[in-house]
Amino acid sequence: MGDKDPALRRNAPKLELHVPEPPFRPGDTPDFSSLKVPPAGSAPRPDTTVAATETHPLTTELVRVLGGDDKAVGPWNPKLAPDTLRKILRDMVTVRIFDDRMYRAQRQGKTSFYMKCTGEEAIAVAAAAALDRDDMHFPTYRQQGLLISRGYPLTEMMNQIYSNKGDKLKGRQLPIMYSDKQHGFFSISGNLATQFPQAVGWAMAAAIKGDSRICMGWVGDGATAEGDFHSAVTFAAVYNAPVILAVVNNQWAISSFSGIAGAERATFAQRAVGYGVAGMRVDGNDALAVYAAVKWAAERARGNGGPTLIEFFTYRAEGHSTSDDPSGYRPTNEAKAWPLGDPVERLKAHLLTIGEWDEERHSAMTAECDASVRAAQKESEKLGILPEQGKDGIETMFDDVYAEVPRSLAQQRDAALEESRG
Amino acid sequence: MATMNMIQALNDAHKVMMRQDEDIVVFGEDIGYFGGVFRVTEGLQKEFGKTRVFDAPISEGGIVSTAVGMACYGLKPLIEIQFADYIYPGYDQIVSEVAKIRYRTAAEWTMPMVIRTPYGGGIFGGQTHSQSPESLFTHIAGLKVVIPSTPYDAKGLLISAVEDPDPVIFFEPKRIYNGPFDGHHDKPVKPWSKHPASEVPEGHYTVPIGKASVVREGNDLTILAYGTMVHVALASVEEQGLDAEVIDLRTLVPLDLDTIEGSVKKTGRCLVVHEAPRTSGFGAELVALVQERCFYHLEAPVERVTGWDTPYPHAYEWAYFPGPKRMKKALEKVMAD
Repeated sequence: MGDKDPALRRNAPKLELHVPEPPFRPGDTPDFSSLKVPPAGSAPRPDTTVAATETHPLTTELVRVLGGDDKAVGPWNPKLAPDTLRKILRDMVTVRIFDDRMYRAQRQGKTSFYMKCTGEEAIAVAAAAALDRDDMHFPTYRQQGLLISRGYPLTEMMNQIYSNKGDKLKGRQLPIMYSDKQHGFFSISGNLATQFPQAVGWAMAAAIKGDSRICMGWVGDGATAEGDFHSAVTFAAVYNAPVILAVVNNQWAISSFSGIAGAERATFAQRAVGYGVAGMRVDGNDALAVYAAVKWAAERARGNGGPTLIEFFTYRAEGHSTSDDPSGYRPTNEAKAWPLGDPVERLKAHLLTIGEWDEERHSAMTAECDASVRAAQKESEKLGILPEQGKDGIETMFDDVYAEVPRSLAQQRDAALEESRG
Repeated sequence: MATMNMIQALNDAHKVMMRQDEDIVVFGEDIGYFGGVFRVTEGLQKEFGKTRVFDAPISEGGIVSTAVGMACYGLKPLIEIQFADYIYPGYDQIVSEVAKIRYRTAAEWTMPMVIRTPYGGGIFGGQTHSQSPESLFTHIAGLKVVIPSTPYDAKGLLISAVEDPDPVIFFEPKRIYNGPFDGHHDKPVKPWSKHPASEVPEGHYTVPIGKASVVREGNDLTILAYGTMVHVALASVEEQGLDAEVIDLRTLVPLDLDTIEGSVKKTGRCLVVHEAPRTSGFGAELVALVQERCFYHLEAPVERVTGWDTPYPHAYEWAYFPGPKRMKKALEKVMAD
């Protein structure tokens, strides 16, 4: 380069790099008044057999069922029985209490790490309710609601979080990286988005074998930027895989807002357009909308109609994890200002409105959930907490690397045991 | 018995296994109707149908990751990465997922899959069709790494790989698909039909994973090699008139250390040979193991014959390839004192 400005040399405008910035930073007053929130019931519900293109207007819409008056309205209203609604509410409340207890356990030094899903409870819980019990999930790390909805013992979850004697994963995985085949919940990976194309592979296998079970893959807004996202939707489209591909857009990937993943240009649901698969954008804080959308996609997949990409639009109300402090990058009151509300409160209000719930029952139910979480915690802590672990059973560290321990590894195991005794 | 080249032997292994196990699925780039760029999967789609043998998008990450999902379902994916040089987009899935799923789920889920991929140079493939990246996989706990050097071993090892409960990276030395290459690129190619290991039994048989083969017994020195370089090494010792013991490792992980140790303790000298670049190549591991196990039996430093630490240069292929001249120099050095 010479001493002259290279752009001026060519008599052309200076090129500019655009680095997206979130609308609000610490100290700003969050104002979401410019956010387009269509009224509940306004989005059309196409038949599940339509061509993918007919769903594409929904990729810039927002499927919503619960309106401002707490009534369920419009063509997406799944018209669920009150018992089903109460089960979804109960599971969401359990998730929230579980998160609070485990967050506190981490702060008390009982484990190394925890991740809450506060504000996003409706998504995993209602999705689990909408699918069959034997359908498969390839989750990421904020879908604890799937396990709770499917009745996975809370104690088992806590044993994993504490890496204690009851941890079926033998202390090998970071807290909350659950895995349970019986509950159709694939092992969570810390390498983001890897599970998304794996879900497509599982669905392809189900189609190869002429099964009737389908699969749901999960990814966050941030990890849609990974190549695995592209692999997943490409393979799903090419082979018309019976899979539901869920993007949970909670708008924050640690400190990076969704614009860093491309959200300034298009919705995440709009990516369905380019791949030619069905797509829609759904109010993730509306349990009924989540349920209805997943049910729609499941019916489509079961009928060999192929994959559906669903964006669940929500807001990560708390930090990324116990290792994160969001006050360093966004206003502390932003969650309160978020216009789509609290999913638990919204479903509760709906049940009250239709006369299927009252405050007394809600208090009693909350107390029951709290008691069950406390009892599970007590039970789990009998089996130990993280700081006590890692001393006994060192030899198990060398198991399951291969089906059989190779001789070279057995020698390393002996050396590790000798070292631990020394 | 039939006489087969390595491609035919690998194709036959697919057929034998796919006929007896309906859960085996085969996919990769161009492997379906067309039968693969090296023809290893020829005829499979016709025999086994499009839902078991199909073309995949040009997405190695997608091929490996969907294979992971299929293995979770209970299928047995036997996938092809068209060239080992193309495997890197799938590397995260192989390293972070395939290799670790058994461990991280305490064996609730396992990954019985085979990833086949042609590797190595000598075919004027330039830097993107000639690489030998085996050490990037031998370094990863949870993977097995297998490299055959004859049609007989190729079929028997591929059958073993398919039957293995762990994921196997199966590197195929593409320079010797059609005939054993002795390193003399200026001489006519010998076909496999002149080699005894082209006699391939029909039906099912296995060559065990984790067992090396002593392809030439001798007392002067031990040569450790695999893939194409087994044949280069064999030719070189004949040319130098040495009574060398040549060991074809066949499996890099798990390694048959007993055979290596026994041989080096007998001969007292060792030469390690591979086509991959020198620095942090698998030869470095072999040299370390030999000195740990056999130091007091060694009469000379262990030597390495390898590719250079450069990308594989197209027009300079034969200046890069570790051929007879590099072998001769190293053999003289190992035998010097």
